[in-house]
Amino acid sequence: MALAGLFLVVFLLVHLGINLMLLVDDGGHSFSVAANFMATNPVIRIMEVVLFGGFLLHMVFGVLVSIRNRFSRPVRYQHRSATETSPFSRYMFHSGIIVFIFLVLHFIDFYCIKIGLVAPPEGIDRHDFYHRTIVLFSDKGYAGIYLACFLFLGIHLNHAFQAAFQTIGLNHNKYVETIKTASTLYAIVVAGGFMVIPVWFMFFR
Amino acid sequence: MIFTLKIWRQKNASDNGGLVTYKVDDISPDSSFFEMLDSLNQQLIARGEDPVAFDHDCREGICGTCSLYINGRPHGPLKGTTTCQLHMRSFRNGETIFVEPWRCGAFPVVKDLIVDRSAFDRIIQAGGYVSVNSGGIPDANTLPVPKPAADAAFDAAACIGCGACVASCPNASAMLFVAAKVSHLALLPQGRVEAERRVQNMVATMDSLGFGGCSNTYACEAECPKEITIANIARMNREFLAAKLFAEKEKQVSFSL
Repeated sequence: MALAGLFLVVFLLVHLGINLMLLVDDGGHSFSVAANFMATNPVIRIMEVVLFGGFLLHMVFGVLVSIRNRFSRPVRYQHRSATETSPFSRYMFHSGIIVFIFLVLHFIDFYCIKIGLVAPPEGIDRHDFYHRTIVLFSDKGYAGIYLACFLFLGIHLNHAFQAAFQTIGLNHNKYVETIKTASTLYAIVVAGGFMVIPVWFMFFR
Repeated sequence: MIFTLKIWRQKNASDNGGLVTYKVDDISPDSSFFEMLDSLNQQLIARGEDPVAFDHDCREGICGTCSLYINGRPHGPLKGTTTCQLHMRSFRNGETIFVEPWRCGAFPVVKDLIVDRSAFDRIIQAGGYVSVNSGGIPDANTLPVPKPAADAAFDAAACIGCGACVASCPNASAMLFVAAKVSHLALLPQGRVEAERRVQNMVATMDSLGFGGCSNTYACEAECPKEITIANIARMNREFLAAKLFAEKEKQVSFSL
């Protein structure tokens, strides 16, 4: 789960890099070139299959471990836990579910249109992600859901990044604090980076 | 001081059990939590009722026998302290105190606040030892141990096996306990010999007993009375991964007549 998670961490950075090209004021040219590269490069095509595998592994292990953990304490405490722990760490499954719901929406809105399963809106080519994005973000409700989902992704990542290092055994007093800081920074950059895009389209375009 | 106690009472393993409310008064702020319970039990015995059963032994914070989940925390509100070293001055006068047994499927309740922690013994039996004859006392420095390794091993060996890590973990995971035992032996030359086999067997036994998995909430580290750190869990994970990937296979010798 940790290894699949770390792989997804790298994927998110790549995805963010491409999405930020939406902000380049050239009518979507840079973004379309990048999207086209991702859609046609054979290495990326293979990586897409690996990516699906990564998501699947991460989710299946997450659900299996959560079920097992639920059954490990059949009789629960009467008094609420007063142990001081990070709320981010306690609600990883819940934040994961919200990210999963977003992923389903994202698939319907983009991937299913791209592969032809869902018909694109009137006047937009199924490969034209730039105009599809503008249409979606012009809907304030959709933009609101998008922002909320990325807030939860940020919460998920803030704990996930450093926890993955702990799980694979990389915890040492020389660098544990650096990993924790990097984890928070990464969560802010990734979640914030994705959130900037709808805000930009709503208020500055 | 006066207190309202809500104590888990359960006749035996098959009874459902429930919280029962008791009042205690005239408790000295300097009495220990157990002395307060002793005082309650004296009252119950005088009334002809069944006294509250709870685990305790050394009452010095070193044996790991005491337990008790007090107001949502194993061993109560003080950091780095066992229940036997907890005093009533740590509570407000008139406070309501919830007292429950450790909760984990692998630690079934025997009676009231006593749970069966022999699951930990099963884990130790799976590898928490070194298979050597003790023999005589070796000369000093015949077996060099680097000071940082000795210190880290000693810190891990401070684990008293009380089970507070399991009790506090939202997943009832025993990772901190097993990690402390694995680390303590893996850091020393005497323990290195069996390190690969030990970590695999102990983890497999832990999993088979029904403890939960680690989701890195670090509740165990926050509640451990001996302040064992999660760096030990990372060490166990490294040991486990290395053993799974690189351990030499043990040769099987088969005899035939």
